[in-house]
Amino acid sequence: MQVPAPVEYERARSVEDALALLERRGPEARLLAGGHSLLPMMKLRLARPQVLIDVNELSDLAYIRVEGGDLRIGAMARHRDLLESPVAWEHFPIMREAETVIADPLVRNRGTVGGSLCQADPNEDLSAVFAALKAQAVIRSTSESRVVSMDQFHQGPYTTAVGPAEMLVELRVPIRPGSGSAYEKVERRVGDWPVGAAGAFLRLDAGRVAEAGIGLAAVGAEHFRVPAAEESLVGEEPVEEAFTEAGRLAAEGCHPVTDQRGPADYKRHLAYELTRRALRRAAARARGEGDQPCR
Amino acid sequence: MTTAEAPPANPVGFGRMTRKEDARFVRGKGTYVDDVVLPGMLHGAVLRSNLAHARIVSMDTSAAEAHPKVKAVITGKTLEGLKLAWMPSLSHDVVPVLATDKVRYQGQEVAFVVAEDRYSARDALELIEVDYEPLPPVMDAREALSPGSAVIRDDIEGKADNHIFDWEAGDRSATDQVFERAEVVVTQDMLYPRVHPAPMETCGAVAHMDKVSGKLTIWCTTQAPHAHRTLYALVAGLPEHKIRVISPDIGGGFGNKVGIYPGYVLAVVGSILTGAPVKWTEDRSENLMSTSFARDYHMHGEIASTRDGRITGLRVKVLADHGAFNNTAQPSKFPAGFFHVFTGSYDLEAAHCEVTGVYTNKAPGGVAYACSFRVTEAVYLVERMVDCLADELGMDPAELRLKNLLRPEQFPYMSKTGWEYDSGDYPRALRLAMDIAGYEQLRAEQERRRRAPAPQGAPAPLMGIGVSFFTETVGAGPRKHMDILGLGMADGAEVRVHPTGKAVVRLSVQTQGQGHETTFAQIVAEQLGIPPEDIEVVHGDTDNTPFGLGTYGSRSTPVSGAAVAVAARRVRDKARLIASAMLEVDPDDLEWEKGRWFVRGNPTSARTIQEIALAAHGPLELPEGVEGHLDAQCVYDPPNLTYPYGAYICVVDVDPGTGVVKVRRFVAVDDCGPRINPMIVEGQVHGGLADGLGMALMQVIAFDTDGNCLGGSFMDYLLPTSMECPSWELGETVTPSPHHPLGCKGVGESATVGSPAAVVNAVMDAIGVRHADMPLTPAQVWRAMQGRPLRTDLALA
Amino acid sequence: MTVNGEQVTRDVEPRLLLVHFLRDDLGLTGTHWGCDTSNCGVCAVWMDGEPVKSCTVLAAMASGHEIRTVEGLEREGQLDPVQEGFIQEHGLQCGFCTPGMMMTARYLLDRNPHPTDEEIREAISGQICRCTGYENIVRAVRWAARHAAAGQAREEVSAP
Repeated sequence: MQVPAPVEYERARSVEDALALLERRGPEARLLAGGHSLLPMMKLRLARPQVLIDVNELSDLAYIRVEGGDLRIGAMARHRDLLESPVAWEHFPIMREAETVIADPLVRNRGTVGGSLCQADPNEDLSAVFAALKAQAVIRSTSESRVVSMDQFHQGPYTTAVGPAEMLVELRVPIRPGSGSAYEKVERRVGDWPVGAAGAFLRLDAGRVAEAGIGLAAVGAEHFRVPAAEESLVGEEPVEEAFTEAGRLAAEGCHPVTDQRGPADYKRHLAYELTRRALRRAAARARGEGDQPCR
Repeated sequence: MTTAEAPPANPVGFGRMTRKEDARFVRGKGTYVDDVVLPGMLHGAVLRSNLAHARIVSMDTSAAEAHPKVKAVITGKTLEGLKLAWMPSLSHDVVPVLATDKVRYQGQEVAFVVAEDRYSARDALELIEVDYEPLPPVMDAREALSPGSAVIRDDIEGKADNHIFDWEAGDRSATDQVFERAEVVVTQDMLYPRVHPAPMETCGAVAHMDKVSGKLTIWCTTQAPHAHRTLYALVAGLPEHKIRVISPDIGGGFGNKVGIYPGYVLAVVGSILTGAPVKWTEDRSENLMSTSFARDYHMHGEIASTRDGRITGLRVKVLADHGAFNNTAQPSKFPAGFFHVFTGSYDLEAAHCEVTGVYTNKAPGGVAYACSFRVTEAVYLVERMVDCLADELGMDPAELRLKNLLRPEQFPYMSKTGWEYDSGDYPRALRLAMDIAGYEQLRAEQERRRRAPAPQGAPAPLMGIGVSFFTETVGAGPRKHMDILGLGMADGAEVRVHPTGKAVVRLSVQTQGQGHETTFAQIVAEQLGIPPEDIEVVHGDTDNTPFGLGTYGSRSTPVSGAAVAVAARRVRDKARLIASAMLEVDPDDLEWEKGRWFVRGNPTSARTIQEIALAAHGPLELPEGVEGHLDAQCVYDPPNLTYPYGAYICVVDVDPGTGVVKVRRFVAVDDCGPRINPMIVEGQVHGGLADGLGMALMQVIAFDTDGNCLGGSFMDYLLPTSMECPSWELGETVTPSPHHPLGCKGVGESATVGSPAAVVNAVMDAIGVRHADMPLTPAQVWRAMQGRPLRTDLALA
Repeated sequence: MTVNGEQVTRDVEPRLLLVHFLRDDLGLTGTHWGCDTSNCGVCAVWMDGEPVKSCTVLAAMASGHEIRTVEGLEREGQLDPVQEGFIQEHGLQCGFCTPGMMMTARYLLDRNPHPTDEEIREAISGQICRCTGYENIVRAVRWAARHAAAGQAREEVSAP
């Protein structure tokens, strides 16, 4: 098996400690949470940090709770926590649906929500989920705490708004009654990255769409969204024609790349097809219809 | 045991029993090569080429040599001095141990570092600088013979192209005539893409040259320890009696662990140079990128039949991509292995095949992964062609097969390409599979679904049913026809009964999970009536086992199993003579029932095998010509190959909106003759079915036109998990082989051979497309439905 | 850290992977490795009571935590029902993926004593086997579920 290059190791005891270490050690330091993005890259020697700052003791950040009208998820919440969280399922079934198809049970025991988002892989399912939900990210440094939108958070492949001496600490998703959400993913095999994936969030008001969010993974959608697709739904009845139009716009507005997972035309088709499927099920949930089974 | 249920008593002979070897494995006490630790042991790591085709201009190893934990750095130049830079391949070619002039595939070995620990060895690789001059890579087998393609093997004197061989079998003119007058001819190109066996344990070795005794001991992941020993002697000039190859526990072989890889040789050289034991274990990317791949056959098939579905002829041209060197592991007279068994399970008037082998800038290999020496390719070809014919004729594929399968009275059957099939009742197996599957009901369900109105929302899944019927040819093989590098494929076995009646059997074959420690004990138990718990099976160490060609090509039971049975029968016959002396009767007056010889008509006058064993070691006066002790040996030269067969049925549901395939059910009826241990046979079938599902739906080692291997990790070389595999449904028929002492045919590869076509046939049936190449990923299925299937082996820039 | 209940203290390089620490430093070779990219799951051990891929954990990260390996399944010479189930149902062939499969199976049964086949398959979905086609692994876990530890059975019988 391949092994990492030599590296130093520090263990943070608290958020303040982690931030101080980040500030002191500079851009050659990397936070080590679940490690399932970073350690594989280090083994292949594609990533060569000088020092790892282990944040696994920051159990303060391992929460999923309702607070101030939001569902708040600490950055150290493990994938497994989000998968099993009753409160997340209650308000945003899209989260459990996505977690069910992220990696595998063993990886989910370690990988963290914050770690996955900060890795900012263009194929990352959770990025599409939080984009669809129009979540906000709370980023801290030793001197300040700031809140950014998911659009601001995701700046490009493997690039986020988190600076070298900063740390993502929390995600917030406002809880909105009358809403429903769902996730659809196509993968070559269980546990694989998506070939294409779409998450949808709808809030209905008097039988029409008041708010729509569509998050797309692996199809080159900027900031994991196609705003035109979302806007096309607002004010419309949540019916097949509207979903089809949104799907068409989603396909048009993404920039998939041909690779081993599939050719660009197929991925564009998935953007269309999976957007429609996710919207259908999100709408059914928003209407309070009997819950459709997860995959 | 923790429960009130007592387990059933072990059978004394054939039957279901739990495995003796499990005791150590469930405790984590197996000894795999990477578990071997010797005092002072060093670790080796291989530097590999990033480029698929390049000249080596210069190499600077000084920084690596200066690393405080590095003990040696070996390059092609070092080996040239030892005349070890090149070694013979398994196909009368030569392969580099370390590149000297050029690198010819991405991942090729370029240098070897020996260091105190594996982390330092890995660090030191980064300190070696190699200056390459890139050359244009030849990545498309279909272009390898085009004029203007770079010549890969300029190390061969006078070589001006990338051609390796041409080979043919069958009657060309008779076949041409059949095709000329045929009422229906269906033509189809199909690729069996490059895949890799990927056992969970990668390859590796620990080499220890003891300077004092001059003995070289190599622990190695090898399926053929004796063949390795002889090859080391021939190639390295080391005296063979001073070489000991130990194959400890092996974490899966599947044909990946047959050949001698450069890493093993480098570990040996490292040990000779440093005077210390050297361990080399490859990582997964090395395994996938450089060790023996499988398949990569580009096939052009034609099938001829009457309008009412009687198949008359089969014709196929194959382009075989062998990679940068010819290193296929099959009997030397057969450069395309046993591909000419492609006439399959049908009665034809004529058949002909031609195979052209070419070089490309990819790792060498081709024969691996349970292919039974290219039988996987042959069966895939014929079973796909039969389905294409069924599609053309509008006939049910099971009906078409039943109409054409060989009938029991035709056996032994001489095929149109020279194979003598030993025995079989093919229609019975297919009908049994159809019964288990509920074939009629499945077709009725499919019809109902096709007629049902389209639902609102997501489209309804498309249901497909695929059939595959295969005949294997395994158990190589008769010495006069079958050798590998001049070593005839006959295997030895020794059976010895100790004075206290326990026994030991020494085998030439080498298990990698097939359960030999149990099944071979059961063979002896069946012959002698000694309980399997009282029989020790010794294997894997060339110092204390007889010579043989190893385990692959499903040959253990057909060849070594036969050797053991014959040796055990010789022990039984000797026991008769000793018993006759003990009872003071004529040997002809004795009869055998399992475990004892008794006087005919007087059953209380008897001697058990245990009593006979003790007497054989004692002062008893023995009959004329009978020596003491109770043991025998046998070198078994199989008179023919064996022909296990089976009928498989796969049911799939395909999401037409996404192309995702779900395998709903898989029914497999196998006939491997009598089953020594049904539990183990079923396990072998289960494993092979998962292979077929994986190859059909997700596995491929693809390349891009720049020479990069796209399947170099488990992120892209995808293997099936518990979620994709259904609960396999098995059935059996039993048709003994007339020439095997136990009637057994072997089964290890059957399911891998027969299953891919069943899955592909099912998907094509679901989506109504004539053909699309494996792997049928969601993208490929969707594209096939659009009429634009992908080329799966090559990512065109 | 504690490994199979015993305190262990060593000086290690920060980059040392837990799987190598267990195998090479502690001689616990029952845990194996099979890939470079955290995909195959052959290396599964328990960390603080949950199965994790030990090739993707640094030994340094495990410091202060509790590790259990396959060597710790057997208690006082008695095989765990999971181990017995793998023997009875032929849940292993080459044995290489087996330690990891058993650790995950034990974890599953501790949380869900009567899992469905689907739940068993889901629990092991991050671990590859090349030999068994998974069917007999599922049967082995079912066997272990049916034959819970004798001690537990005795308690159930004698409870009022």
